[in-house]
Amino acid sequence: MQTKIETFIRVFIDEGGYREVLVGLRNTLLIAVLGLLIGIVIGTVIAAIRVMPKYKRLPRVLDKICQVYVGFFRGTPMVVQLLLFWYVLLPLMGVNLPALSIGNFSIGPEVWASIIVFGLNSGAYISEIMRGGILSVDYGQTEGGRSVGLSYGTTMMKIVIPQAVKNILPTMGNEFITLIKETSVVSFIGATDLYKTFNDMGSNTYEFMVPYLVMGMIYIVLVSVIALGIKLMERRLARSDRNH
Amino acid sequence: MIEIINLQKKFGENVALNGITTTVKDGEKVVVIGPSGCGKSTFLRCLNCMEDPTGGSIIFGGEDLADMRVDINRHREKMGMVFQQFNLFNNMTVLENIMLAPVHLRTKRLKQAKRKNFGRKIANLFRKEKKALIEITETKASIKKEAEETARKLLARIGLEEKADVYPATLSGGQKQRIAIIRSLAMNPQVILFDEPTSALDPEMVGEVLDLIRELANEGMTMVIVTHEMGFAREVADRVIFMSDGVITEEGTPAEIFDNPQNPRTQHFLRAVLH
Ligand SMILES: Nc1ncnc2c1ncn2[C@@H]1O[C@H](COP(=O)(O)OP(=O)(O)O)[C@@H](O)[C@H]1O
Ligand SMILES: [Mg+2]
Repeated sequence: MQTKIETFIRVFIDEGGYREVLVGLRNTLLIAVLGLLIGIVIGTVIAAIRVMPKYKRLPRVLDKICQVYVGFFRGTPMVVQLLLFWYVLLPLMGVNLPALSIGNFSIGPEVWASIIVFGLNSGAYISEIMRGGILSVDYGQTEGGRSVGLSYGTTMMKIVIPQAVKNILPTMGNEFITLIKETSVVSFIGATDLYKTFNDMGSNTYEFMVPYLVMGMIYIVLVSVIALGIKLMERRLARSDRNH
Repeated sequence: MIEIINLQKKFGENVALNGITTTVKDGEKVVVIGPSGCGKSTFLRCLNCMEDPTGGSIIFGGEDLADMRVDINRHREKMGMVFQQFNLFNNMTVLENIMLAPVHLRTKRLKQAKRKNFGRKIANLFRKEKKALIEITETKASIKKEAEETARKLLARIGLEEKADVYPATLSGGQKQRIAIIRSLAMNPQVILFDEPTSALDPEMVGEVLDLIRELANEGMTMVIVTHEMGFAREVADRVIFMSDGVITEEGTPAEIFDNPQNPRTQHFLRAVLH
């Protein structure tokens, strides 16, 4: 054990392995955070479409399209979506994602691809969460908004969705944590995330025990911090339930 | 004000309204009574298309609201509605509740006017005869300021100024309903529809809400009120409509309906509720 730890310290600190880990950590967070943001936008739009009254033709058609979208992204593993996007869709469309670098801060095309796929994927899950959230808001809120002349869209944006978001915040937090954990699959298309940096360290030294142990601890700390952040946010949003 | 012609509403096979024809005149107070499930709420909710009618016409502001092509939102601004369950926006303070729609809708119109003017300015560059611009006298800030003044004035009127910045969850039912009423007043409506405004209230709060409605009635507001408060109905109504099974069974002045009902169903209903 002694030598295992020494080996790790040598690679991690003396040989600058921590720098790689920081890049991996940054990518992991970037993919999860941007993925979540994209997912929230997509999910909210899909949810608003899916709870629309369906007398007219257009909402029905849009609803069908959304169903197919959600079905696909919830029905296949994230790795499969990632591989299909990177090795099938992008080459077929002839698209080369750009690499962005500002100073020594650079984000490669694999990371962009991961962000997009994570966004599309979480959009599907969040749409279901959001739909549940919207349905949990009393229909009287919608009627109140419509009765003073606000449109369906305005009523949703200003009245229903803010309340839905409050109701689903804990579930959203779980979705974010899921995304953080799922980022460990992006190495399948060559993106550097937290998992990949520790795995590389292990491969280089033929010594996996300590790197994986440290990696596990970092994930736990990360997730705990996020869980705490969500708690604080919930407390802030509970304002409208209290006297003050 | 509102002309209702052969109004029909079906929920699937269930016929809730089976041909209602009546007219609500300017300044008139119409009270609708009848047994539970007879279609009173459905009738009221069809007037502003909260439920879409399945037949007939509702003529308001020169248009037939039953026609799905009319811009119902514009008409709803002029037709306030007060619900049994208040339906204040839970995510907003009292002041925000009252200001939301006036500010949002007027700002939207301001933006539209500005966009139109921009288009005209561009087009005028190529026109010999310049087209006049729409005169714009308000700004976003002035709209907000005015709406806030109106909202505070209305709150003062019902003695709830100090509640401006609290959330609805902290209010009593009577306070909520009075705020819901002034929220619809803030739109400056031509008519207000009340659907059992006191039915969800504790008995001690019924009075304050009825007092406010009575005040508005005395000021000449046009109203359609569904209620089980027979004493109140008799007092404020210009005309009472008795409904059963989705049709108007009998209508007349309060004296005619309450003191001398002609139809056996009306007689039966009044005997049941008045004793
Ligand atoms: N949203 C709805 N869906 C299906 N049936 C409804 C709906 N609203 C009302 N109804 C039916 O229409 C009839 C009239 O109801 P309503 O207008 O609420 O009566 P009232 O207000 O006089 O008690 C009832 O038979 C009721 O079951
Ligand atoms: Mg009713």
